[in-house]
Amino acid sequence: MSAVQTAASTREEASDRRGSAARLRRAAEHVLPPLLFLLVVLVLWQLGVKVSGTDEATLPAPTDVFSAMWDNRSLLADNAWVTVKEILIGYAAAIVLGVGLAVLLASSLLAERAMYPWLVVSQMVPIPAIAPILVIWTGFDIRPKVIVIALVSFFPIAVNTLDGLKSTEPELLNLLKTLGASRWKRFRTAQLPSALPFLFSGLKVGAALSVIGAVFAEWVGADAGLGYLILTLNNQVATSEMFATIIVLAAIGIALFGLVRLAERLLLPWYHAGRKEDRA
Amino acid sequence: MSGAQETPAKLVVEDVCKRFAGDDGETVVALEGADLRIAPGEFVSIVGPSGCGKSTLFNIVAGLTRPSQGRVLLDGEEHASLLGRVGYMPQKDLLMPWRTVLDNVTLGLEMGGVSRRDARELASAELGRFGLRGFEKRWPSNLSGGMRQRAALLRTFLAGRELMLLDEPFGALDALTRQTMQEWLLDVWAADRKTILFITHDVEEAVYLSDRVYVMSGRPGRVQLCVDVDLPRPRRFEVHSSPEFVALKERLLGPLHEASRRQLEEVVA
Repeated sequence: MSAVQTAASTREEASDRRGSAARLRRAAEHVLPPLLFLLVVLVLWQLGVKVSGTDEATLPAPTDVFSAMWDNRSLLADNAWVTVKEILIGYAAAIVLGVGLAVLLASSLLAERAMYPWLVVSQMVPIPAIAPILVIWTGFDIRPKVIVIALVSFFPIAVNTLDGLKSTEPELLNLLKTLGASRWKRFRTAQLPSALPFLFSGLKVGAALSVIGAVFAEWVGADAGLGYLILTLNNQVATSEMFATIIVLAAIGIALFGLVRLAERLLLPWYHAGRKEDRA
Repeated sequence: MSGAQETPAKLVVEDVCKRFAGDDGETVVALEGADLRIAPGEFVSIVGPSGCGKSTLFNIVAGLTRPSQGRVLLDGEEHASLLGRVGYMPQKDLLMPWRTVLDNVTLGLEMGGVSRRDARELASAELGRFGLRGFEKRWPSNLSGGMRQRAALLRTFLAGRELMLLDEPFGALDALTRQTMQEWLLDVWAADRKTILFITHDVEEAVYLSDRVYVMSGRPGRVQLCVDVDLPRPRRFEVHSSPEFVALKERLLGPLHEASRRQLEEVVA
């Protein structure tokens, strides 16, 4: 018995070791090609600009962009912090608003009928266009930015979460009823967990939109932030610096997206276990 | 069965009807005058063609639907609601993909207010008998079909109800796994003698497992025939080829086939 167990556990360890090596290889397979591609593009870009002798104000070479980024590092960092703050608060508000609405609409058919069409209509309104109105109402501080970010990113969160809450198998809810589960317990044990993968899909789309929302909101009226910085640099025709700012903005979006993905991996281990199985 | 008359019945279904409004406002009769009587510890099966109202009857006994007429007595009493009183295992295993096997099988205990620790302890004691030892930490997506079904059964067992409704639990399994699962279910049932009401459309399965088999005919569903299965227990798989088994099978297949054909004719006409 113990010999069998030892053999089994050794085998398991061996497969674990193989597993981590394989994981490393898989990671390399996913990370290396895009990096190599980026390198090729940068080299071609650099050569193209230098060979054709293009003016830096029209199209800066990658090296110009990187040196602009380095020279302006504290300016970029200060403004990035302003924008990151807006995004984090606005995104958090979007999550609360989106999930709250989804739960409300999922728990009442009347609420869904009354509000769902308006939820869709709210997305047909060009939100950047109402930003000036928000500025009239709330002034130039952080509030209009937070509101714009929340408005653009709550929609995918709300719609996905609502779909998720409604995706619960009715038979599972019946099973819980026969086990004597109250409505709240049915919601907590079945509906909420089955909605989580959908919620994360919404969160990922919302993360990307929140960065766009921040830039728009700052364009309408701000005295700091990366969106504001782009406008200022545009007036000075500081193209290299504009490129540098755009890269920082993209990095913020990628970081936020990565955080959501990380949270998904940690919170939904079952979801990824199942998907790995499907692929195998 | 004379024994069933002396002891109070576990479950009595008396003249139960279910009517509901169809899509065009017409009245659809899903179930008409269903009568059943099951003694404590009995294993009773219902066979019938699809659409014969088996599932409607199950939903009524489980407390998910109210009958339009008639009554259901559990332990001789009529209850305001049967929800939470009867163990219920639907066709799909309905294991929650976000819970490990162990946390899936303790669901009934958890809903009954048992603490997580106690529930896990109770479940751990039963894992071996249900062939799930060593798999308790797995996600359901990593289990075979037979294992998923055994986990769903353990979840039903652990909920601790005296009467259990099993709706075609082996319907989706391959023939070989199905046979093994039937033998295994008989062992489990023999060990603690819960009352089981089993739905299947497989006559062999019904005869092999049951003390009694009800045949239902379709549209509107009604109980057409009741056959006692007096094959000795414990039964082994070899009983399938005994003359008694074959005779019982034929007694049931005739009316069942008839019901199924009538239903088809109705649809075709």
